[in-house]
Amino acid sequence: MMHWPVIEKTAEAYRVAPHMRDYSAARAQFSWDAVARALPRMPDGGFNIAHLAVDRHADGPLAPHCALRFLARGAAPREYSYRDLRAAADRFAQTLSKLGIGRGDRVATLAGRIPELYIAALGTLKAGAVYLPLFSAFGPEPLETRLSLSGARTLVTTDVLYRRKVEAIRARLPALEHVLVVRTGSGPLPANTHDFAALAAEAPAGFATVATLPSDLALLHFTSGTTGKPKGVLHSHSAVVVHEATARYALDLHDADVYWCTADPGWVTGVSYGIIAPLVCGVTTIVDCEDFDVERWYAILAEESISVWYTAPTAIRMLMKAGLEAARARRYPALRLLASVGEPLNPEGVLWGLEAFGLPFHDNWWQTETGGIMIANYAAMDIRPGSMGKPVPGIDAAIVVREANGGVKPVDDPDQVGELALRSGWPSMFRGYLNEDERYRRCFAGDWYLSGDLAKRDADGYFWFIGRSDDVIKSSGHLISPFEVASALLSHAAVAQAGVIGVPDPIMGEAVKAFVELKPGNAADAALNKQLMGHARKLLGTAVAPREIAFIESLPRTRSGKIMRRLLKARELGTAEGDLSTLEGAE
Amino acid sequence: MNTPDVRPRLLKLLTDIAADVDPASVAAEAEFSDQFDFDSMDQLNFAIAVHREFGVEIPERDYRELRSLAGAERYLRRAAPQTP
Repeated sequence: MMHWPVIEKTAEAYRVAPHMRDYSAARAQFSWDAVARALPRMPDGGFNIAHLAVDRHADGPLAPHCALRFLARGAAPREYSYRDLRAAADRFAQTLSKLGIGRGDRVATLAGRIPELYIAALGTLKAGAVYLPLFSAFGPEPLETRLSLSGARTLVTTDVLYRRKVEAIRARLPALEHVLVVRTGSGPLPANTHDFAALAAEAPAGFATVATLPSDLALLHFTSGTTGKPKGVLHSHSAVVVHEATARYALDLHDADVYWCTADPGWVTGVSYGIIAPLVCGVTTIVDCEDFDVERWYAILAEESISVWYTAPTAIRMLMKAGLEAARARRYPALRLLASVGEPLNPEGVLWGLEAFGLPFHDNWWQTETGGIMIANYAAMDIRPGSMGKPVPGIDAAIVVREANGGVKPVDDPDQVGELALRSGWPSMFRGYLNEDERYRRCFAGDWYLSGDLAKRDADGYFWFIGRSDDVIKSSGHLISPFEVASALLSHAAVAQAGVIGVPDPIMGEAVKAFVELKPGNAADAALNKQLMGHARKLLGTAVAPREIAFIESLPRTRSGKIMRRLLKARELGTAEGDLSTLEGAE
Repeated sequence: MNTPDVRPRLLKLLTDIAADVDPASVAAEAEFSDQFDFDSMDQLNFAIAVHREFGVEIPERDYRELRSLAGAERYLRRAAPQTP
């Protein structure tokens, strides 16, 4: 692992002086209280993400500055200044208020990267409500589960997505009172929905942002665990303290930056670092409304003069696949910092940045639960390719081992593998799992939040990711519950049992693969395989559905009947099956 | 390669990936992702499948031309001029 050359940073190389010039010094003098104090309160003492992201800029010199610039094929770019963004978010907050939605209510979005999603997110926060993003590539089943668990009273979506994914499940979502639809075509408004644009046009201008407390809930993100039930991760307005600090330290955002976060706002990165952090920092964010496309991405980097680019290993690997020539066909004089998140970026990817752009990728690590970047590589710190870097100032990270009494013990020996843990209490630490207090408590031992990721720390303090400590699948940077996939397959009449694992994939990191045991009387043929693939895609959507299904005579089970996913995986990978009695037999 | 031969083969490749799609419902000119869920990995897998099925080299920069049925047909016509 250590044969990859260290990428050394020298002061002469900085075109813009990094916010953090000396990691150790920054760590020594850092305090979250100081960062929080530097963020202005509302005149009445309130502390609201939307005030920090939009209102205060719209009231100041940044009012005419471009906040968001949307790029869509076949259309002129759509720009929102901080003033425009506030006006639009105000109207949405007014709309919510007219519908009787306010403090503490949950407002969901299900849309691609369209302006209305950003406006709805910010307007929701202004209204003191809790924002819940749902990924547009989810199928009806994951959507129903998440909407139902969240108790969302309001959903903002498009006519196309509503018809494709929500209409059929609507009757089973009694809490969902209002659906606001962004119309993309000339078709009629779906029954039982509101026209987003019409409501915005009717809404009065201006809105007094609700004076929330730092501890009031602001965001609800669902993430997958080992069971079928997704976890609703709750964050409060205080999370913005971490968004701001990490955007400065890990992404090195400066006032004049043009920033591009390629993460979809249906997930935590796209919300925290695609909406909140850059707006709080007052920079210009580019939003590409289109799907991934090699040429298009290079054109955006060059022509939009992107200076800071935050992307993901899956995208980087797709670009690498297209070859250096495509990257080198353009010049990127504005580009200053490249960062990556979602899953560990392999060393080849880190170094490929140097070849393609003359800049390395800065990998970082965090989770939905941590609310913001926790461990990172920094502009002014040497990179050890393949390492996630060092903890953000203000964050204490440790490698811990569990003890017999249920507690944990930090290990100080370098390179010892253990569970990655963070000392609890940072401002963006999740406040709970929705309606699951026990599950929340189980994430902590003493002072430590236990991440469920296995890692090690080298003698110089760099952290290295090893793997998950559970069976959750990580595909294209997103966690997928094997149970959720298996449940969808089991709803097909021919399926008796299903075991779902992640298999290595050169682009996605892991791809979802399902092993299916059929009920008697069904032929394990290509036609049925295709039918099952279609069934799973229809229910789960492309983000969750398996990419491959294999028929199996008999799934390996423990004596109590639990499917042994690790054995399936070991067989698939051709690795040693190990001492199975201690794996899943000991449940 | 003429269109009548190519289309059913393309539809087969498409529905091997997007098995939830009824081939009869696919509009030729509209992009796949505007008609049904079809993500970047699907696009990539479709391009690879077209390359394998038709033996045509498809550099990454051309993947965008394979985003609709008609686009893929046009691409194949250009890539492999019809031979007697």
